[in-house]
Amino acid sequence: MTDLWNTLVYYFQFPFVQYAMIVGLLIALCSSLLGVTLVLKRFSFIGDGLSHVAFGAMAVSASLNAVITIENDMIVVLPVTVLAAILLLQTSQNAKIKGDAMIAMISVGSLALGYLLMNLFSNSPNISGDVCSTLFGATSILTLTLPEVWLCVIMAVIVIAVFLLFYHKIFAVTFDENFASATGVNANAYNLLIAVITAFIIVLAMNLVGSLLISALIIFPSLSAMRIFKSFRSVILCSAVISVICAGMGIILAILFSTPVGSTIVAADIAVFILFSILSGVLSRHEKA
Amino acid sequence: MGIQLQCKDTALGYDGRVVLQGLNFVVSEGDYLCILGENGSGKSTLMKTLLGLHTPSRGEIQFCGDTSQKEIGYLPQQTIVQRDFPASVQEIVLSGCLSRCGFRPFYTKQEKQLAGEIMQKLGIMDLNKRCYRELSGGQQQRVLLARALCSARKMLLLDEPVTGLDARASHEMYELIADLNQNDSVTIIMISHDIQASVNYASHILHIGGRQLFYGTKREYLQSKVGQAFLEMGGVMHD
Ligand SMILES: Nc1ncnc2c1ncn2[C@@H]1O[C@H](COP(=O)(O)OP(=O)(O)OP(=O)(O)O)[C@@H](O)[C@H]1O
Ligand SMILES: [Mg+2]
Repeated sequence: MTDLWNTLVYYFQFPFVQYAMIVGLLIALCSSLLGVTLVLKRFSFIGDGLSHVAFGAMAVSASLNAVITIENDMIVVLPVTVLAAILLLQTSQNAKIKGDAMIAMISVGSLALGYLLMNLFSNSPNISGDVCSTLFGATSILTLTLPEVWLCVIMAVIVIAVFLLFYHKIFAVTFDENFASATGVNANAYNLLIAVITAFIIVLAMNLVGSLLISALIIFPSLSAMRIFKSFRSVILCSAVISVICAGMGIILAILFSTPVGSTIVAADIAVFILFSILSGVLSRHEKA
Repeated sequence: MGIQLQCKDTALGYDGRVVLQGLNFVVSEGDYLCILGENGSGKSTLMKTLLGLHTPSRGEIQFCGDTSQKEIGYLPQQTIVQRDFPASVQEIVLSGCLSRCGFRPFYTKQEKQLAGEIMQKLGIMDLNKRCYRELSGGQQQRVLLARALCSARKMLLLDEPVTGLDARASHEMYELIADLNQNDSVTIIMISHDIQASVNYASHILHIGGRQLFYGTKREYLQSKVGQAFLEMGGVMHD
């Protein structure tokens, strides 16, 4: 036990480990805040589609890098993902086009084209390593530079601030969109806001868990919280706490046992979900008795 | 008496299929308008169009004067809330105050107080912290009515408000609405199958069925052919 503790203390002397912890916790917080709304509005599939788009954008950025130097992949990835978010939202609201088929098309399409582009143009010596790292996060959270950390912190702060400022409106639009627009709240604008923040979160979270696992980060904490809590606010608070704790635990365990960070965090989220499911079963039986 | 809402030769429909046409009526400040008609005659569609949730296939419906949509309360006929939506009664009722907030990110003390008073009036104060989805149908209806009352400053639109309420609660609801109409001069537009109550409380009647069959004051309606036929069918006695 003391051995583990000593290893941990030793690792946390390194700035890159500290960065990973700070950024990881912030990303976990952001994704859980919006997760509840995304799950309830049935937007979680948009999150899933977007994460694949982000992968495609990442690949485009990497291939462009062969021609011109791009300081930071986010310059390409963020606008593309935001655009895709707006597009997906619009199509999902248009009942005449099959929204889910469209999303499946976009998401699988970006995966395929992204991988193709990477193979054709990338001058990296280890393409499958790159791909694996973009898909599963692998170690990218542990290789952040200081400017990248700042960028993440700023983006996270923006997401949290927007969420807090518009909290009541987001609740109203999530609970009953018709009533909100009937009483003069611009529901479409808030839907757009939600989609754009989701894009931000996904681009952020790619660093932490990789694009394939982002949905897990968004969905699991809110589903766990919804098992036990019954008001909107308590569900959001609880899912934020769950998400932050799981991310912290996941990062620490990943460092101690040198497991991949992303999947360790998601494993922790799944464990909490199972725990909460059992707990809610026990609670409801208790109530009946 | 300023005109608040105007509807000129308007037709409503879905995907090119006309449901209701020839609509011509005005709603003035302080009116109590009851909309009557059979199932499927387009009452809810009309109300949704008034609220801008649905676009008319011909003509337009507009708010006049200083009436803005932010001062309207609305009780839908059906609110489809997801089975597992976590929301407490208080959160839902308060969300009716949202249109008063503008860009302010929180509710003021007065707004919370108002919500409290309305919940008191509707007898749902003790449900305050309860989860909406665990309430009975009638309790849910009262919660949504409370939300509508929170946002209604100038106008209140109700789509079959007493569905699911017991006799006493319906009576109290009608009295509450009438009180709001008379003392706070809130304009009421109500869809109802309860002919007796409509005749008792309304100042104006709009009767529809494919097209506009009648629009006028209650007195005119009671003397009209349409009105008498409908009332006889409903078995309502009047003097
Ligand atoms: N979303 C929709 N798409 C297509 N047609 C619709 C839609 N909603 C309603 N309709 C049709 O429009 C007509 C009017 O419906 P509406 O709901 O306005 O009736 P209503 O007068 O409110 O009836 P009720 O008394 O049962 O509430 C019906 O024939 C219905 O089939
Ligand atoms: Mg109806």
